[in-house]
Amino acid sequence: MGLGKIARRSFLIGTAALGAGVAFGVYSYRREGENPLRAGLAPDAAALTPYVLLDPEGVTLITPRADVGQGAASVQAHLLAEELDVDPAEVRLSPGPASPVYHNGKVAAEGMPLAAWDDGFAARTGRAASEVAGKLMGLHLTGGSTTVPDMYDRLRAAGASARETLKAAAAARLGVPAETLRTEGGRVIWAEGALPYAELIPALAEVEVVQDVPLRDPSDWRHLGRPHRRVDIVAKSVGTFRYGGDLVLEDMVHATVVTNPTRGGGVVSMDASEAEAMRGVEAVLPITDGAAVLADNDWRAFKAARALRFEWGGAGPRDDSLLEMHAAALDGDRDSAFTDEGDVDAAPGKRIEAEYRVPFLHHAPLEPATATVRYTPEATEIWVATQAPIFVAEAVARLTGQDREQVTVHVLPAGGSFGHRLEHEWVEQATEIARQVPGRPIRLMLSREQDMTHGFYRPMAMARGRGTVETGQVRSLDLAVAAQSVAESQLGRLGYPALGPDVAIVAGAWDAPYTLPDRRITGHRVPATVPVSSWRSVGASHNGFFLESLMDELIHEAGADPVEERLRLLSHAPSRRVLETVAEMASWNGPEGKRGVAFAFSFGVPVAQIMEVRETSQGIVMDRLWIAAELGRVLDPVNAEAQLSGGALFGIGHAIAAEITFGGAGPEQQNFDTYESLRLWQVPQVEVRALGSGGSIRGVGEPGLPPAAPALANAIFAATGTRLRRMPFSAEMRFA
Amino acid sequence: MRIRVNGTDHEVDFEEDMPLLWLLRDELGIHGPKYGCGIGQCGACTVHLDGVAVRACQVWAADVGAAEVTTIEGLGTEDAPHPVQQAWIDLQVAQCGYCQPGQVMQAASLLNETPNPTDAEIDDAMSGNLCRCASYPRIRAAVRRAAGQEGA
Repeated sequence: MGLGKIARRSFLIGTAALGAGVAFGVYSYRREGENPLRAGLAPDAAALTPYVLLDPEGVTLITPRADVGQGAASVQAHLLAEELDVDPAEVRLSPGPASPVYHNGKVAAEGMPLAAWDDGFAARTGRAASEVAGKLMGLHLTGGSTTVPDMYDRLRAAGASARETLKAAAAARLGVPAETLRTEGGRVIWAEGALPYAELIPALAEVEVVQDVPLRDPSDWRHLGRPHRRVDIVAKSVGTFRYGGDLVLEDMVHATVVTNPTRGGGVVSMDASEAEAMRGVEAVLPITDGAAVLADNDWRAFKAARALRFEWGGAGPRDDSLLEMHAAALDGDRDSAFTDEGDVDAAPGKRIEAEYRVPFLHHAPLEPATATVRYTPEATEIWVATQAPIFVAEAVARLTGQDREQVTVHVLPAGGSFGHRLEHEWVEQATEIARQVPGRPIRLMLSREQDMTHGFYRPMAMARGRGTVETGQVRSLDLAVAAQSVAESQLGRLGYPALGPDVAIVAGAWDAPYTLPDRRITGHRVPATVPVSSWRSVGASHNGFFLESLMDELIHEAGADPVEERLRLLSHAPSRRVLETVAEMASWNGPEGKRGVAFAFSFGVPVAQIMEVRETSQGIVMDRLWIAAELGRVLDPVNAEAQLSGGALFGIGHAIAAEITFGGAGPEQQNFDTYESLRLWQVPQVEVRALGSGGSIRGVGEPGLPPAAPALANAIFAATGTRLRRMPFSAEMRFA
Repeated sequence: MRIRVNGTDHEVDFEEDMPLLWLLRDELGIHGPKYGCGIGQCGACTVHLDGVAVRACQVWAADVGAAEVTTIEGLGTEDAPHPVQQAWIDLQVAQCGYCQPGQVMQAASLLNETPNPTDAEIDDAMSGNLCRCASYPRIRAAVRRAAGQEGA
């Protein structure tokens, strides 16, 4: 068992994780892993760092963070290209193999009670320890808006090292000093000509890799900091971009599955006779909790799957009992109290109280879950869009009884994710099927209905807020949040215990940089019932709504201005800056009977938003949305705008209309007719300002979401006097 | 049975109730149209029948008859994109991109019928196409740009 596996066996969350780095020591942390590109490397190719592959055809950049639409492939390619001097449009890109070398150094910190704005000694030490833990655990994982912060230095350093090594090789071959050479457009330039990088492959064998190359100053950048053309934009615009469901392998079988809507309930009986007799159906095979249909095309598999007759076992949860569990958790013991300042119970002033709640939500990326697996006793190959390829490989190896080395994962681009592709149940199902037809590739595509009813959902959450106001100011704030633990659920599926309090239950609330004399944020863990998962912005997806709704109610009670009072309470300069910026963008002059503001701090990014609505005879219309965010540095203004806008609109769409409910026989929503999504006619005019004022560089995929729903709810309060405390808002408010 | 797709005739043998989407994807290997819902709710499968946008998951292949089917592959190419595709490229609309073949086909159909649409006409025509990434502001701007409207 490798060190990474041991570390993950005792995966710790919360405060307990602080010790992990110390426990495993610095020695093993410093050991660099074997370059995974060297395995099976062709004799005429060269692997310059784990991120740059050269072969006679040219350069391949390795972009190990998964592109799920957030632009990860493009930004990784541009980080490498900036130092390597290649045109990202002229080289090949590959996500590379699953390897601990591609560990994520930043994501483990998300599980720890460290406020991203905190630069104190303890926080810095904790963050360093979490980086060690991420490396030891070999967490090859995309998530937590960490691609840019984690890869910003690593990829530029890899590009610089590769470039200087190529120059050294060219210098040796030409017999000139390396200092006389420069690089441009994938070539080493010398006084009398130019050598394409690929021509230097033989010469590379003669030189040492040049390490620790100083990185270029941002003022010299040619790619970063200005609009990129996404590397995938042409293919995605003309329809030639290929996803997992478009993969065709020789002798491939199409498959789909039907499993118990109550996961784990099992099959009491099944009648497959009608399905088995249908055209194109090769077989109906048992799998865990249900059955698979194998057919000669997707549609015939889907059609036959609908003809399967099941009697399911097990009884599923119901919303009424789930709500009772959340209320009971709020009355019960605390899981965490990371923020507990002053004495909220004794705080002076006029007191108000409110209760809020949000439902389960599905990620529902538009591309349904798909995986292709080919099994033989000697080796298993997997083609799948995943954010966590090592977890996939380990899960499949557990199922097949093979060694991890016998399992190969080919990572595919994803048609959306929002956290869905951190899960891999469908890969396990495809593996179960593949083992029953050894040697033949099985391409499993879930129907929308199977995908929708077998999600790993954003948890339902409930909050009780209290606070006091006096002399026109907010004096105290007390927020208690109850939810199931995402970490406990996710890690449990991977076979690891999750120890310590779950930061996600209170993320985006406990670490909001508000300063009040009396403030308390407590988390209350609801017993694991419905499997839950990381949904875009995770805990902040509900806590942004809870905290900023409560804050707005308190400010209204105090009779203060929603922007001015937040500015008074915000002690953190970048947070103040985004609020001031958004107020300026919107020419804020109070709610004016139509506007609401909200602020949230998540994934290290402060974001402020102002929404403007109008009440019409058809219902609420959203007219304008202003967004300001501080990213430390903006690598691509186009993508920053797209992600901030997309994150906010994703949040708004779900806040208005989406919910997954449980009525005893599994999730009650089957498809996009009942799981509603934002549509173009609802979309307001959006204006975004992404600031890059220095400090730590941050990721942008998630932080746009948390302030969006409360900005809308607060605007609706301004327009109608109705305070929306429960999602989906459409249960209580009509939208045009 | 014969079906004409992107200017090419194909001889095919399929069930009468097979939706056009699956005939295209599984029998003809034309993968531009995507499966997203199967019930006409998401628009990822949008193609043209004689230039008019339809949901390929809701059209029985047997009902296509002599109509000319155009998929995104038949609209333009990487080297010679259709004006709508060019606008999508210029404004970098796509994020995950899975819905975009349908969005592009829907927009091209709108502009066939209404070369200079109002904002309300754009909203009406495009609201059957889901984008879970919510690239909507850029979709709206790209339709305007493809229509030659300044300031898009």
